[in-house]
Order: sequence, then C-alpha cells, then structure tokens
Amino acid sequence: MSAALALLARDVRLAFREGGAIGTALGFYLVVIAIAPLGLGPDLNLLARIAPGLLWVALLLAALLSADRIFHNDYEDGALDVLTTGALPLPLVAAIKSLAHWLTTGVPLALLAPLLGLLLNLPAEASPFLVLAMLAGTPAVSFIAAIGASLTLGLKRSGLLLALLVLPLYVPVLIFGVSAASAAVAGPASPWPPFLMLCALSLASIVLAPLAAAASVRAALR
Amino acid sequence: MPSLANPTRFLDLAGRLIPWLAALVAILFAIGLYLSFFVAPPDYQQGETVRIMFVHVPAAWLAMFGYALIAIASLGTLIWRHPLADVTAKVAAPIGATFTLIALVTGSLWGKPMWGTYWVWDARLTSMLVLFLLYLGLIALWRAIEEPGRAGRAAAILGLVGAINIPIIKFSVDWWNTLHQPASIVRLGGPTIDASMLTALAVMALAFTLLFVLLHLMAMRAEILRRRVLAMQQMQVEHAALAET
Repeated sequence: MSAALALLARDVRLAFREGGAIGTALGFYLVVIAIAPLGLGPDLNLLARIAPGLLWVALLLAALLSADRIFHNDYEDGALDVLTTGALPLPLVAAIKSLAHWLTTGVPLALLAPLLGLLLNLPAEASPFLVLAMLAGTPAVSFIAAIGASLTLGLKRSGLLLALLVLPLYVPVLIFGVSAASAAVAGPASPWPPFLMLCALSLASIVLAPLAAAASVRAALR
Repeated sequence: MPSLANPTRFLDLAGRLIPWLAALVAILFAIGLYLSFFVAPPDYQQGETVRIMFVHVPAAWLAMFGYALIAIASLGTLIWRHPLADVTAKVAAPIGATFTLIALVTGSLWGKPMWGTYWVWDARLTSMLVLFLLYLGLIALWRAIEEPGRAGRAAAILGLVGAINIPIIKFSVDWWNTLHQPASIVRLGGPTIDASMLTALAVMALAFTLLFVLLHLMAMRAEILRRRVLAMQQMQVEHAALAET
C-alpha cells in the first residue's frame, strides 16, 4: 500500500515540478474557449446554448495534450522498466499513473471550467453541476488517455496518433457529459441520469483501462 | 485446425480456394443483383429507392462482421499466440473500413430522399461513424509501429478495447430514439420484412460476405508473402554485412 501511495505522490510531485504540463493544458483550455466565440459569432444566446458542449470538447482536447506524459517520461529514462519488474503489479502502476494524471490535469481543468464558462455566457446556476459532471467524467478521460499513451509509447508524432485513437473512445463520455450539463442549464429533463452514466463510465474505465494499458506497456517494452 | 497455423500450408490452401471463391462471388452477385432490381417489388412508401437497401444493409452487416473478426483475431494474438492471428487482424481493418464507408455513403444517399437530410446525429449513424474512426485508428496504429511483434500486440489491445462499440451499434436503435429504422430482420419474433425482399437481401448478404472472405484471403496471402520478402531482404543485408568483415 505504501509503495502505491509513494508512486502516486511521486507522479503528482513530478507533474507540478515540470511546471509546463499543467500550465500548458490550462492555457490550451483557455485559448480554445477564447477563440471559439471569435469563430462562432458573439451572439450570447447561441453561446449559452453551446457552452456545455464547447467546454467539454476543449477539456477533452486539453487532457489529450498532456496524456503523453503519463508514461513517456518514465519510458525515456528507464524508470518504466524498473516499475514493470518491481513489486507492484503493472496494472496497478498504470492505474496509479492514470490517477495522478486525473489529479493534476482532469481536476484542474474541471475546476477552471466555470471561469471559462463566463466567456461563453454560461448561466451561473449551471456552473456547480457542470463542475460536478466534469469531476465525474474526467476519471474516464484520464484512464482512457492512459490506454492511448501506452499504445503510442516512444512513437514519432505520437500526439496526433494518440488523439486519433482515443477520441472515438471518448464519444460516450462526451455525449453524457454534455447531456448532464445541458440538462442543468435548460430543459425539464433531469440531469441525474446522464450524471450517473458518467459515474458508471468512470468506474468501468478505472477497473478495465489499466489492464489494457499494462498490456500495451509490456508490449512496448519487449 | 492446428495445421492452418503453418503459413505455408495456409498459403497453399488459400491459393487453391481463391479462384473458386471468386467465381462463386461473381455468380452470387449476378443472381443477387437480378433479384434486387427485377424480382423484389418496389416499396409501397419508398418506391424504387428502397433498392439501395440491398447494398446498404449487407455493407453495414459486414462492417460489424469485420470488426468482430478483428476482435476474435485480437484474442488469438494475445491469448493463444496464434501465428496468423495478427495477419488476420491487420488485413481485415482496411476491408472493414471500406465496407463501413460504403454503408455510410449509401445510407447517406438513401437518407436524402427518405428523411430529407444526408446526415443526422442519431445513435445508429453516430455509432457507425465511430466504428469507421476505430478502423482508421487501427490502420494508423499498424502503420506507426515498425516492429511487427509490438504492432500486432498493440493493435490487438486496441481492437479489443473498441469491440464494445459493436453491441452499441446493434442495439442503438432500441436503446435510443433514432431516425434510423429499428431492427426488422435480426430480432426476437422473426423478421418483419416481406419474403419477396428477404430473399434478395439474403442472396446479396451472402454475396457480400463471400466477397469479404475472398478479399480477406487475398490480403492475407499478400501480407504473408510481403513479410517473407522483408525477411529475405533482411537476411541479404546481414549476409552482405558479414561478408564485408
């Protein structure tokens, strides 16, 4: 147990220490939301209606930007080889790294979303539920991103390939995430069913994705 | 059949099977197209445009069949380490992607006169589009990884991860409110489509399936031979390098 916590603490500390990764992901999020109205027009009613969708899509893209570093840095300097042969089972290692990614990328992006929602005229009463939905859905985002990161370990131009592989897998998360946020903004439909589906997707990914990620890491290291 | 794991035996068998299969496919398409255009009646609502169904539905079925084949072959690679499993998965991806594209395009052309739109974001069309993207991802992953052993295992993992989409596609018209027609053939209670159309559809479906098998066998032969050529080239380079020293 202490080994697992030590690995988690190490990864979280490294993510902050690098500086670049979290700041870049948040900055990317801001930039995409900032230029979207420039492309779509300043009509505030339109922006309010599509704000949940835009915020979710930009969050997925920002999370994908930083997905690379889940395994890449350890792969480069050989730490991943040590982890593979170490005491912790490799799926657990993959799960801990995905959890670290969620804590250092998913959660900050979700917490930044209401602020960026101001740029898109998102109604204030929708913000708490938007954050809740994003906090429920971003574990799935991080854990599925780990599958993509492990499949593209060490490849050239892996960023684009990772996005191509992982974005189709994000479609359910996106659909239910926007459904939950939009239902909270407008409409008589209750936002709780899609929210529960998001929780289900996250729980399923937390259990299953590390198995796939571990198998891919083993394939990459052989 | 353990003997088919031997590539030479497989090449031999495939080489003998392919000409007969090609002839059978041609005959079945001839019969199927005749039935589709001249025997099956026009629909009472859709008129003659219903005939695009005889291409659209088999193509969609094979799009899903192709991915199911990839999923099974992926299990073969990862669990049973079957020598030809990764070849099976690798060559099935472009063929499946093409059938998916045919299904999407023919469906789109059918949708314009029927629904008034080329595209709609309902559950069935979205999940088929996701299937197409999954195929593209598999093809991209195969091309990106140079070492064939790693490529096979990585593609197998990705293939299994995406397999969840297949039941989603099948049941999408039941689980969600969609514009696309609900299941009328493969359903509890038997098909609701009329026998006059069902025969033509069945013949076309068989023709398409055998076409898939034919293309797949040809592609597997090509891939096995390609790997042999690569191996021979590598041996040549090694011998030349050794001779230098």
